[in-house]
Amino acid sequence: MKSIYSEKIIEKIAEKIVEINYQLPEEVVNKIKEAYFKEKEKYSKNYLKIILENIKVAKENKIPICQDTGLTIVFVEIGINVRIEPGNYRNLDEIINKGIENGSKKGYLRSSVVSPIERVNTKTNTPGVIHYLLSEGDKFKITIISKGFGSENVSRTKMLNPSEGKEGIEEFIIETVKNAGSLPCPPIFVGVGIGGSFEKSAILSKYALTKIGENTEYREWEDKIIKRINDLKIGPGGFGGDITVLDLKIETFPTHIAGLPVSVNICCWAHRIGSFEI
Amino acid sequence: MKKIIFPLKNEENIEKLKVGDEVLISGKILTARDHAHKKLVEIIKKEKKLPVDLKGALIYYAGPSPTPEGKIVGSIGPTTSKRMDRLTIPLLKFGLKATMGKGERSDEIVNLFKEYKVVYFITYGGCGAYLSQFVKEIKVLCFEELGPEAIYQLYIEDFPAIVGIDIYGNDFFKRKV
Repeated sequence: MKSIYSEKIIEKIAEKIVEINYQLPEEVVNKIKEAYFKEKEKYSKNYLKIILENIKVAKENKIPICQDTGLTIVFVEIGINVRIEPGNYRNLDEIINKGIENGSKKGYLRSSVVSPIERVNTKTNTPGVIHYLLSEGDKFKITIISKGFGSENVSRTKMLNPSEGKEGIEEFIIETVKNAGSLPCPPIFVGVGIGGSFEKSAILSKYALTKIGENTEYREWEDKIIKRINDLKIGPGGFGGDITVLDLKIETFPTHIAGLPVSVNICCWAHRIGSFEI
Repeated sequence: MKKIIFPLKNEENIEKLKVGDEVLISGKILTARDHAHKKLVEIIKKEKKLPVDLKGALIYYAGPSPTPEGKIVGSIGPTTSKRMDRLTIPLLKFGLKATMGKGERSDEIVNLFKEYKVVYFITYGGCGAYLSQFVKEIKVLCFEELGPEAIYQLYIEDFPAIVGIDIYGNDFFKRKV
């Protein structure tokens, strides 16, 4: 049995959420640099140059990369042999949200969370959206995404007819990106969730965004879809050009004989993500 | 690079602007996003006096992150303009002369901007840290209770943008690449 104290989790989350908002992961920055070298369209190339300058300014001046410091999405992988010592907290959700709150305050992140109908700001930048994945042994890993909503707003789920197959899935992805156009701050990252149930496919599509830069099972198919998306010529900022997507990842789960749920989660170029283990 | 100052004193200055022009904007501008727009439109519907002067004004679709200690402003990049399309229409007759945000807008807005001689500037999405360097002063004007969604007045110097919609009905996103 491994015991983990709530204070430790709070401290690590607070630290990580600030870090990801000031500094993008190396693989994300490399993808943007690559796009800058490849892109030929005048306005788009200039935008990519400003993006790289922005990344530099944010890191050096310790200021959020984007004013939309996002809704915090948390994936918790928790091993069967892990025990959380809650201290004064009732559950792990409370502990995680305390970490988000502390980090947001310390890092001057925007309080972007409101009640959905009355639109009253919670002023703590919480709650985050937390997903628990039960794992083996004494693993305790937290992955955090600060998810901007310009791109979240153009994400979609569709229940396809099983006979539509791979072709239908591709069409739905292309259609979603095309409809999104300039709105999600392209060049984008795309997470695709295929299978499971209605909600499972959506969670898979978000989880797929944690796999950016990794070599996964569907690499060949992903590359084919990436090419098709880039052929749309939406380009950085929607200004036109060759680079619309920086990476695309697919995650799958078995589904029902009658169904084929597909979710496409779009993320702006500022993919703020990080993880830690205790 | 063309330079322009807001609030707009002379309409000739926006007559010179064409889609695709890279511009540097200076002067006093307002921020407003979804919630502030909704409130302004409600005030107009009730035929009450607007809490801000829109004559010659530029509205920047932005909600800044908090200002860190010792700094002038937090991160302050544009939000998606299209969400404000419908809510922009009632503001036009109050002399609004420019809007700024990110991404494309509806054809209806392009046509109305031609009719009312209003310009739409595109600025760089996600680049709030970079853009904060051109903001020299920030203060809340109204709707303070909305936090980041309040209406702020910014004093900016050489803030970079591209003309997205000009007063001749041209749309940057529909140009030939």
